[in-house]
Amino acid sequence: MYTFSNRLKSVAIGLIIIGAIGVIYGFLTSHKTFEEVEAILSEEAAHHEGGHDAGSDHAVMEDHATMDHVTAETHAEDTHQEESVDSSHAVAEEVTHTDETFHAAADHSEEHSDMGAASEHHADEHTEHVEHVQHQIANRPWAALYVAAFFFFMIALGALAFYAIQYASQAGWSPMVLRVMEGITSYVLPGGAIVLAIAVASGTIGHYNLFVWMDPEVVAHDKLLQGKSGYLSLFWFVVRGVIFLGGWSLYRHFSRKFSLAQDEASDNKNFIKNFRISAAFLVFYIYTESMMSWDWIMSTDPHWFSTLFGWYVFASMFVSGITVIAMITMYLKSKGLLPLVNDSHLHDLAKFMFAISIFWTYLWFSQFMLIWYSNIPEEVTYFVSRFNDYKLPFLGMLVMNFVFPLLILMNSDYKRIPWFVVMAGIVILAGHYIDVFNMIMPATVGDRWYIGIPEIGSILLFGGLFLFIVFTALSKAPLVPKRNPFIKESEHFHY
Amino acid sequence: MEAASKVIHAIYNDDDILMSAVKRIKSEKHHIDEIYTPFPVHGLDKAMGLAPTRIAIASFIYGCIGLTVAIVMMNFIMIEDWPQNIGGKPSFSYFQNMPAFVPIMFELTVFFAAHLMVITFYLRSRMWPFKKAENPDVRTTDDHFLIEMSVHHNEKELTDLLKETGAVEVKLIDNAH
Repeated sequence: MYTFSNRLKSVAIGLIIIGAIGVIYGFLTSHKTFEEVEAILSEEAAHHEGGHDAGSDHAVMEDHATMDHVTAETHAEDTHQEESVDSSHAVAEEVTHTDETFHAAADHSEEHSDMGAASEHHADEHTEHVEHVQHQIANRPWAALYVAAFFFFMIALGALAFYAIQYASQAGWSPMVLRVMEGITSYVLPGGAIVLAIAVASGTIGHYNLFVWMDPEVVAHDKLLQGKSGYLSLFWFVVRGVIFLGGWSLYRHFSRKFSLAQDEASDNKNFIKNFRISAAFLVFYIYTESMMSWDWIMSTDPHWFSTLFGWYVFASMFVSGITVIAMITMYLKSKGLLPLVNDSHLHDLAKFMFAISIFWTYLWFSQFMLIWYSNIPEEVTYFVSRFNDYKLPFLGMLVMNFVFPLLILMNSDYKRIPWFVVMAGIVILAGHYIDVFNMIMPATVGDRWYIGIPEIGSILLFGGLFLFIVFTALSKAPLVPKRNPFIKESEHFHY
Repeated sequence: MEAASKVIHAIYNDDDILMSAVKRIKSEKHHIDEIYTPFPVHGLDKAMGLAPTRIAIASFIYGCIGLTVAIVMMNFIMIEDWPQNIGGKPSFSYFQNMPAFVPIMFELTVFFAAHLMVITFYLRSRMWPFKKAENPDVRTTDDHFLIEMSVHHNEKELTDLLKETGAVEVKLIDNAH
């Protein structure tokens, strides 16, 4: 039996408290008045004018573009020039992109009607622009909270899928670490409920800070959202969320129950039950996971759609889940609590981390390249806004989620060295946090992003909660199943 | 070591017995020239003390070469030599048009890594189409295992040892080659 050490418990509670303070600070500082936002914008504009005197091409564009898009564009153009590209072309390209980005600004589709209007609308445009930025600033603590909540929830859900696969495939190596997985999956229900609660609260308590389709004012002016309102309505959003969470946590509950019952049983009935419900769960999971990714992530950009998005989110959660399984297993082994886990078990987990990292990259690239290649305006805005405003996280996450694990975990010997796997795991987890960040943030805060106190506070808050719940669950049952039919094979597992 | 004039062939009919025989022979500090088996025996290389293969490292290097070939080739053809506008794809620099090149970069990496590794394997294990088979006993391709050891004026000792380890047949062979 594992006992939740007091030191770890106080670390977890400390993280929750520090994180909560950061989150509260984020909410307290995000309410800017109209005048304050105006002041911020004029300061930024002054800063940019000073550094950049592009001349006449720019004046043409400024009529079209709102201020923040000019900022983004100036930035993007600078980068282009550094790449020594034919600059007139780059400017032309940016004009097109700006238009596209502008069209995609889903949350303020009313601005559409003002596009290209004469100068009497200029004052209106300015007001609307300031309000737009004000809204983005107000969204930030919500989005920061949501990203972190989803990130830790998806670790638990990814681990649950991996756990079900171990039963359904009757894997012989893994019974040694099944209890570790059960501990991690205990976070599925509370974590998922928190994600759903934040999503709903953002549309009821908050001012539609995450999902613009929840705002009846926006939907009234938006033909596209009206067309999708049969799916994207708050009521059905909640109903679907409850069904997803209900299904996942029911499986988790019964699988855990059968797993514990198997320890005391005299036959393998409980194992067979577990095998059956795992196979059924996997079918349920692949449908609901896909729909969950449309609901909880893709609908932050309600004008955009992608068919392999569900798989992409799945790969992200799967690799994060496996990484956390490996890291917690190594932590428990280092405390001497899992003496029978050998370096072949570690090798297998590291192989999964390596392979699923590549699988994630494959899906990321398939999604990106197909959209980049055909360059259809209604789809490509998704990547244009990410590439212009999120260059560092967008490309940095590729290095962290692909290049780093590819080179570090390729060697068979390195996969058996705990500190190597832990190091790779930390980078993979950070990379997938940024992945979720890249999925949510551009739609909510746009170019007003920063990884500061609200973001880090949210990570600490949910990280602490995750540790607390997971290690509490780990202390509730023996760390190694007793009568699992494959436990002997797992004990002697050798690769 | 000078070529021994005689070799001893010990035949086994079970891979478990073979494994324990190999461990026994190694513990008695005798040198095993070669073992012939009809299928891979898991752990035999470790028991014999064979050095691990380096073919994976070779393959990694071949993959890097393939990736380089792909990049240099497409950079020259598509960007430097004739940067045409094909369907509006930006061909001003390699990076700008890179997503379109990735499928070829990937495939050539795999192609080089796989094929050159296989060819390396053939070369290192001396296999080619009209190669004369080096099979000391046809039964080793079916269901028998054969240990070959050189004899250095210790026929009696070796024969006794191999008999003891469970060999079903021990033969002294005059070295033909």
